[in-house]
Amino acid sequence: MSIQVRDLTHIYSEGLPYESVALKDVSFSIEDGEFVGVIGHTGSGKSTMIQHLNGLLKPRSGSITIGDVDITKGNVLMRDIRRRIGLVFQYPEYQLFEETVHRDVAFGPTNLGLTKEEVDQRVIEAINLVGLDYDEIGERSPFELSGGQKRRVAIAGVIAMKPEVLILDEPTAGLDPKAHKDVLEMIKKIHETQKNITILVSHNMNDIAKLVDKVLVMEKGRIAMEGTPRQVFSQAQKLKKMGLALPQASDMMNKLRNRGFDIKEGILTNDEAFVELVRILKPDIKG
Amino acid sequence: MDNIIEIDNLIFEYKRDEDREVIRAVDQVSLNIERGSFVAIIGRNGSGKSTLAKNINALLLPTFGEVNVDGFNTRDESALWKIRQTAGMVFQNPDNQLVSSIVEDDVAFGPENLGIEPKEIRKRVDESLKAVGMYEERMKAPHLLSGGQKQRIAIAGVVAMKPKCIILDEPTAMLDPKGRDEVMAIIKKLHKEGITILLITHFMDEAARADRVIIMDKGCIVMDGQPKQVFARADEIRKLSLDVPLPVELAERLRQEGIAVPPEIITAEEMVEFICQYK
Repeated sequence: MSIQVRDLTHIYSEGLPYESVALKDVSFSIEDGEFVGVIGHTGSGKSTMIQHLNGLLKPRSGSITIGDVDITKGNVLMRDIRRRIGLVFQYPEYQLFEETVHRDVAFGPTNLGLTKEEVDQRVIEAINLVGLDYDEIGERSPFELSGGQKRRVAIAGVIAMKPEVLILDEPTAGLDPKAHKDVLEMIKKIHETQKNITILVSHNMNDIAKLVDKVLVMEKGRIAMEGTPRQVFSQAQKLKKMGLALPQASDMMNKLRNRGFDIKEGILTNDEAFVELVRILKPDIKG
Repeated sequence: MDNIIEIDNLIFEYKRDEDREVIRAVDQVSLNIERGSFVAIIGRNGSGKSTLAKNINALLLPTFGEVNVDGFNTRDESALWKIRQTAGMVFQNPDNQLVSSIVEDDVAFGPENLGIEPKEIRKRVDESLKAVGMYEERMKAPHLLSGGQKQRIAIAGVVAMKPKCIILDEPTAMLDPKGRDEVMAIIKKLHKEGITILLITHFMDEAARADRVIIMDKGCIVMDGQPKQVFARADEIRKLSLDVPLPVELAERLRQEGIAVPPEIITAEEMVEFICQYK
């Protein structure tokens, strides 16, 4: 399954004095099983775009073809779309509401009309997949859990729907460094086991550099850049102009290159930076 | 030493309503904050950082112990407004803090409530907006601004109260990279102008820019010192669900390779300067 977005345009408050064009001729494709990162400064259109992908918003014009269905067409059932496209909002733990973790995660699958056995099986699977122990927390109140755990439960609620496309909007915002790392590893694991399309919207360039196959950069409602993390993050000036940044490791290595060091282009992660630093520092030590 | 905040054996407990179980969020914390300093507080989710902060400006009152802000005890109800004016708070989500439909009205909200005369309010609003670089946007509607800009407006609203201390609870958690830079630059500037800064954050590189880093865990202070002293204890920090800034991690790994990176290197700039000696 793939996603084809063609010439998507969305205008808020059209015809009113404060009308604003949120998306303008946005086109991109996502291949089956691809992990895509979406970056862009606040107000660049990221949220508007992902809300179109699961049918929460309808475009002014353009099409979104998921598999072989154009979801912008009037005859498409929203329920079918939302079953296939799971969207995890920012701070999803605010949406927890049930008395037990089990019931909270079961809410979505139950509404799909599955049998109790099927629902239970999905709930257990989803909770284990987000790295929590079902036997330990299944019957506990979600409100007793830590911040990172609550967020995982909320994500489990979406995973339990077995979406073909999983969209996560800033899934690590406000988490401490350990919980941040754990949630990222969880997302990676879900992507690897479910082999679904995963779309990660994030302000954290380190995470994007580490995880995704392809980056979409949005600016003023358009796709401003598209490519592998290495291609995108090699254009530091362009990103900076858009209010974005580089991964910390890339930024530091660029500074060293500007100071006259012969440093390889395209360093993205801490590990890559380390290898490069050893290469430039070691000869001096030995000599 | 001249302290603006003195916390003596603070305990804060609350009852969880379902089972009436008593939760101790802050456990016997004693802490002095020196006037004019820039202190970062870090710690895992639920470690008691925000509860401690809310005890400082009397949003919460101690179960046991004392909190004094610029000489006023937070239990003294008659000093409440004095305390809130002295120690202003900025929270994580800018959308929850803005109250007006025009930027300058929003900034004027605090001083108006203090009963300050209109002429002085006008002056303070202009000054505060200039201090955060948002004077040009003063007639705009806050909801049309970016996250970083909204957060600067929230800071301006606090600055207009002429506080001696500003407590910021994860002010950059929801911001894009530019917004984060903007807010951090404003914090640095206000600190230079003499305002005491208390910054709660999950970003280790932000904490590295403070004069002093305090780590909380399970309601207690477990580390307290200059950033370079605290971040030198990388293994302990990781056990507390935290991390060290990237340059500290790189320095640690380079040392294992036999490269003698000095312990005071904790920011990217310092790391770049150090490596340049090898050119």
